[in-house]
Amino acid sequence: MRPVSYARATAPAEAVAAVAADPGGAYLAGGTTAVDLLRQNVLRHDRLVDIGDLPLAGIEETPAGGLRIGALTRMSDAAAHPLVRERFPLIAEALELGASPQLRAMATMGGNLLQRVRCAYYRDAVSPCNKREPGTGCSALGGINRGHAILGTSEHCIATHPSDLAVALTALDARVHTLRGAGERSFHIDDFLLPPGDTPHIENPLEHGELITAIEVPDTPTARTSRYLKIRDRASYEFALTAVAATLRLENGRISGVRLALGGVATTPWRARHAERLLLGAAAEPGVFDEAARAELAEARTTPMNAFKAELARRAVVRVLRTLAATPEGQA
Amino acid sequence: MTATAPPAQSPPAGEALGRPLRRADGREKTTGTARYSGDHAPAGLTHAALLGAHIAAGRIRALDTTGALAAEGVRAVFTHENLPRIAAQPPLLPSLAGGPAPGQTFFPLQDPEIHYAGQPVAMVVADTWERALHATRLIRVDYEEAPSATVLDQIRHTAFEPEKIFGGLLPGRATRGDLAAGLERAEVTVDLTFTYAANHQNPLETCTTTASWEGGRLFLYDSAQGPAATQHTLAVLLGLPHADIRVDSHLVGGSFGCKAMTWAHPALAALAARETGSPVRLALTREQMFTSCGHREEQEQRVTLGALRDGRLVALRHHKLSPTSHFDDWAEPSLEAASQLYACENYEGRYLLARAHTMTPTFMRCPGEATGLFALESAMDELAQRTGLDPLELRRRNHAERDPVTGKPWSSKGLQECYARGAALIGWERRAAPPAREGDWLIGLGMATAAYPIVPPVNPQRAKARVFADGSALVQAGVAEFGTGATTAMAQVAADALGLPVDACRFEGGSTDLPNVSAAVGSMGASYTGAAVHAAATALRAQLIAQAIADPESPLHGARAADVTLAGGRMVLRDRPETGESYAQLLRRHMQPDAEATGSWGPADLTASGSSHAMLTFGAQFAEVAVDADLGVIRVRRLVGAFAPGRVLNARMAANQLMGGMLWGLGQALLERTFMDPALGRWNNTSLGDYLVPVNADVPEVTVELVEVHDEAVNPLGVKGVGEIGQAGTAAALANAVHHATGRRLTRLPMSLEDLL
Repeated sequence: MRPVSYARATAPAEAVAAVAADPGGAYLAGGTTAVDLLRQNVLRHDRLVDIGDLPLAGIEETPAGGLRIGALTRMSDAAAHPLVRERFPLIAEALELGASPQLRAMATMGGNLLQRVRCAYYRDAVSPCNKREPGTGCSALGGINRGHAILGTSEHCIATHPSDLAVALTALDARVHTLRGAGERSFHIDDFLLPPGDTPHIENPLEHGELITAIEVPDTPTARTSRYLKIRDRASYEFALTAVAATLRLENGRISGVRLALGGVATTPWRARHAERLLLGAAAEPGVFDEAARAELAEARTTPMNAFKAELARRAVVRVLRTLAATPEGQA
Repeated sequence: MTATAPPAQSPPAGEALGRPLRRADGREKTTGTARYSGDHAPAGLTHAALLGAHIAAGRIRALDTTGALAAEGVRAVFTHENLPRIAAQPPLLPSLAGGPAPGQTFFPLQDPEIHYAGQPVAMVVADTWERALHATRLIRVDYEEAPSATVLDQIRHTAFEPEKIFGGLLPGRATRGDLAAGLERAEVTVDLTFTYAANHQNPLETCTTTASWEGGRLFLYDSAQGPAATQHTLAVLLGLPHADIRVDSHLVGGSFGCKAMTWAHPALAALAARETGSPVRLALTREQMFTSCGHREEQEQRVTLGALRDGRLVALRHHKLSPTSHFDDWAEPSLEAASQLYACENYEGRYLLARAHTMTPTFMRCPGEATGLFALESAMDELAQRTGLDPLELRRRNHAERDPVTGKPWSSKGLQECYARGAALIGWERRAAPPAREGDWLIGLGMATAAYPIVPPVNPQRAKARVFADGSALVQAGVAEFGTGATTAMAQVAADALGLPVDACRFEGGSTDLPNVSAAVGSMGASYTGAAVHAAATALRAQLIAQAIADPESPLHGARAADVTLAGGRMVLRDRPETGESYAQLLRRHMQPDAEATGSWGPADLTASGSSHAMLTFGAQFAEVAVDADLGVIRVRRLVGAFAPGRVLNARMAANQLMGGMLWGLGQALLERTFMDPALGRWNNTSLGDYLVPVNADVPEVTVELVEVHDEAVNPLGVKGVGEIGQAGTAAALANAVHHATGRRLTRLPMSLEDLL
């Protein structure tokens, strides 16, 4: 791997200043993606600022009844936290279905949102790839793309966003808090994880040196009845072919609250707002679920290798909604 | 295997064989102190890293190594422009034969031509491996790219029937009877085509060689299934006397076939060490493991079965089409056991090859039979359906009492008992009822026959046994320990032959300075090395008994050799066991520090028994699967394998191997596939994150059942081998279970959910 300098930061402002001042600088948190990609010559930083000592871990309740999850909270700690499990079971499920126990014990919640795509052309460091080297083209478009996205794609990139956690957070309208030289700011998660468009190399609005400090999940009573369904070839330790994060609330057999987001099928965690609109107020019946799923997937753009994902996602949405509708806690 | 009481680690003298003793190397491996080939560091060690071509065909127009040479720590950069030429290229021959065994007959860094992506185009030597790897990325290569073809769909029109495949050992076509007449006579016909993704072996330890030169002699630590194969291959490649090369391969972190042959990296490490004057360690990266040591080739197999209405086969046609490299005619032998499995008079097997811009394919666990039996046993399941027979009953009706190819009797079989025991364990009677459904899951049962060939040794296998004056014994043979448990099992063989407690016996392997054995491949490691160890230990025992008989001071003086036996670790009179003495007493009395004997076992020992019999290891696989009716997800619930592998040397290692094989079959059936990008000519998913193998959560309840067969023809110990039979047939049993659950006949491996949506 290329030579890198390494330093441990002791305060957030110091870390931000160190990375912002060096175009080759980057943060190192859990390192579960970054170290691989540095070895593979995909990431080309030459200064790593280790933020492991910063006081950014921990989960606390917000005055408004939501949760504020420190960016350096380990995935395993977040998944085990009683407040997460009680109020947002879909977050705990998404976390526990991601990676492996070893990786979850190292990887951080903030880092999870910044993990890089699994597209083999991005990761091989030589193939044409607009995300790695803008303007070189997209090898996945006509290549091996069984795992690639069918929603939110562009002619420049069809890489799937790999995070499970981010799918659950998208369903919950989470916010991402950051720190930069000019002070703190925050983003709605929809504005934080960006579709490729014609700039697939820009994955988020962070300025160079801007640091994620926390993830805020707003109070969402319906989330107590929620589910994260992940479908994959292998029973564990694999990225999703299709995933569905959903919350559902019924009143007198009609849907009074619903959140729906898809993973594994889109270039960003995909909030299924179209389907949500159709579902809200409708009867909780399989035909309704199916119609909503079809509507959401109508704009899917598939290739011969990943065409199955549209059908799989439709069936997965129906399965999750059916399961939640049959849950006693979902009934008001 | 059912849990039993913890095994005694110290069975009585002479009673070690078969016991489930724990691994001799278990503690060092699990505590991280075991030293693999990359853990040996001679003084002054430097590190080499390779740069592979990213094009699949063409030539190097120009190379610029300036940046690499200027990088910190770099000692040398080798390309085709400055690396010395090899002395000669040995022909491709499987390492089982015991001679030079290059994985392919192309050696890189000799000229600017590019034949496959990943072909080494430069090698950097630096003071650390990280610096060497970094410097490879500073090399600028200007390629003149040519069109490439790497998948069957691009080259099937160029297919040809080779005269021989598999290093010249097998014919391209085999026939018996009259296939056309058989098909004519058939009342029921099944004609199915199966397709298989390419696979890579992916052992945990990537290939690593550490090379150093001392006074013109070459020393290597190499991760290999047979250190002798590395020695003999490098002797030819480098033009050195075999005597001047020593290869050590003490512990190998898995192989599954990718270290069965000798690839370019050991010779490259040796050349780098010679040119730089320092020891060099060359370790491949995980990505390079996909382009440096072969793969199981993509393939297509067509099986045509002709049967009478009662299910009896009258015709079997089995054709295979697969890509090979531009330099070798290689196909894994998929049509061999499949041609011997059932009584069928009329047969035709044909291999067809087409040339692709890949390296030469090679062995991968259960080579040939893993794919051939998937096709045959899926087709048999289809035949069962079309004839209205239970799949197990169909197999029984076609049971081959003699080898249908040669007409010879089997050395041993046990298949009918494997069927019966496996069926009882999985509850096969449930299959007669309509498939069960549990919630969203459809439940199905499937079965398949398993078989794997036994290949007699081509040359003598040798071992050496020593007993020391303290009563301990050391037995040696040059076999590598790559996780099979050979070290443990060979001590058991030696202990029983010497009549000593197993704790007193140590087996040492893993060096070409030790008596020569072939590479431990083709499930033959336990057989070849075991027979040699048995011969050496038996010879030493006879020698010491003879010495005691001739010794006036021995209590056994004057006895007849036939009347002396070993009991309680002592040489004693058979009918008066209180009369006798130990080896140690005898040696000490004569101030002998030790006694030593060698033993060998080879073709000459087999001519009498072996050639009169046909030899295959048999088994039966049963599987229960659950298929999500909407989502297509296939999850395995239970695997049952009943096998008749002859004498088992260590019940624990055998169960490990057989269970590992069955899980390997699960991976083949449901997960393993290397995608080739035909536009770029490169393997696509070259990491353990993207090339899927089963994890613990995929591993269902696995039952390994051993069926005893006594076999005097295969070797003196009656060992038939456990390395691959566990995988044979597993994928077919799973596909047949999926068919039972869903009514869908899946003919593509791996089977994935999109095939069922």
